[in-house]
Amino acid sequence: MNKDMKILVVDDFSTMRRIIKNLLRDLGFSNTDEADDGNTALPMLQTGKYDFLVTDWNMPGMTGIELLQHVRSDESLKTLPVLMVTAEAKRDQIVAAAQAGVNGYVVKPFTAAVLKEKIEKIFERIDS
Amino acid sequence: MTDENQTKDNPANSFENKLKEQANQLKELVDSGDVSGALSIISELNETRDKTLYQEVGRLTRSLHESIRNFHIDGAGESSNSELSAIDDASDRLAYVVDMTNKAANKTLDLVEDTMPYASGISAEAKSLQSDWGRLQRKEMKPEEFRTLTATMGKFLSKLCNDSDKVYDNLSQILLAQDFQDLTGQVINRVTGLVKDVEENLVHLVTMAGQVDKITGTVHDVEQQETATDIEGEGPQMHTETRDDVVSGQDDVDDLLSSLGF
Repeated sequence: MNKDMKILVVDDFSTMRRIIKNLLRDLGFSNTDEADDGNTALPMLQTGKYDFLVTDWNMPGMTGIELLQHVRSDESLKTLPVLMVTAEAKRDQIVAAAQAGVNGYVVKPFTAAVLKEKIEKIFERIDS
Repeated sequence: MTDENQTKDNPANSFENKLKEQANQLKELVDSGDVSGALSIISELNETRDKTLYQEVGRLTRSLHESIRNFHIDGAGESSNSELSAIDDASDRLAYVVDMTNKAANKTLDLVEDTMPYASGISAEAKSLQSDWGRLQRKEMKPEEFRTLTATMGKFLSKLCNDSDKVYDNLSQILLAQDFQDLTGQVINRVTGLVKDVEENLVHLVTMAGQVDKITGTVHDVEQQETATDIEGEGPQMHTETRDDVVSGQDDVDDLLSSLGF
């Protein structure tokens, strides 16, 4: 797993973005950018600079699941690993995220250990 | 108002009783060929219906006024009234909660980010001293190295005193930053009270309007409310412990995903 990879953190609450960025930094990933919803995130992703997307689900404007669907239908982005970090905990939602092609799903409130485990798992699977 | 009272005083119900009573009479009159008698009963019924309707509309209007007064919703024309409406006030209060929690979270994050370098600095220096200390104990140290170690140790100890004071200070500020819970809790409780009042008033209005509908025979085309699709984001789910369409935590999510082949 490349610790220099560029990560985009998408959440409508600035404090949650800060928390995730801090946790990522603790895990050795300090190359992070932020966006506050899918509408802001998508053009950033389309620049092709990002190696990993961490997104919330429930956001005004474009939601995380819509962002995921856009990413998967975009030829240049469809292989981008996506981790969903969200308070949405309905089974149907998790199944929908899986069907939309999410690589990992973390429910809030979460711990640093869970975030680490999920990120490692995603890249283990990609690297193997 | 209890149901019992409502039934007793209710003009709509007394109209219904009168209707039943006179319907039989009407049938008898029609059967016996007394057309003018029948027509007079019909017009009597019409009159009662109109009177009841006016009464009900009157009651509805009164209730509406009362409810509006209870909501403290000020019409645009009453701008002279500088007092905030309860709804505006509630929005302001909730905005205050968002603001307070935001400030507290940012303050806590600032302090944590400020504290972390102290902890990692202390840890890094202690580790380097530990290896020198080991060499000293194993008597592997030359006299001049020992002098350097003594000086480094002295500096480290005074830095440790300062830094741990700073860490302690930051931790107590983090502690204090949690005082928002008390204030936001009080505010949220007040707003919850208001929402309950508004609901009660609305239910009352709906009941009153129902009486008018009954007399006028109005049937509403209640459009089926679009049910939210299952995957629409709704924020944190409530009462998760009693719902089985919601996972209970990360372990459940992992189980579900692995059952899907993840």
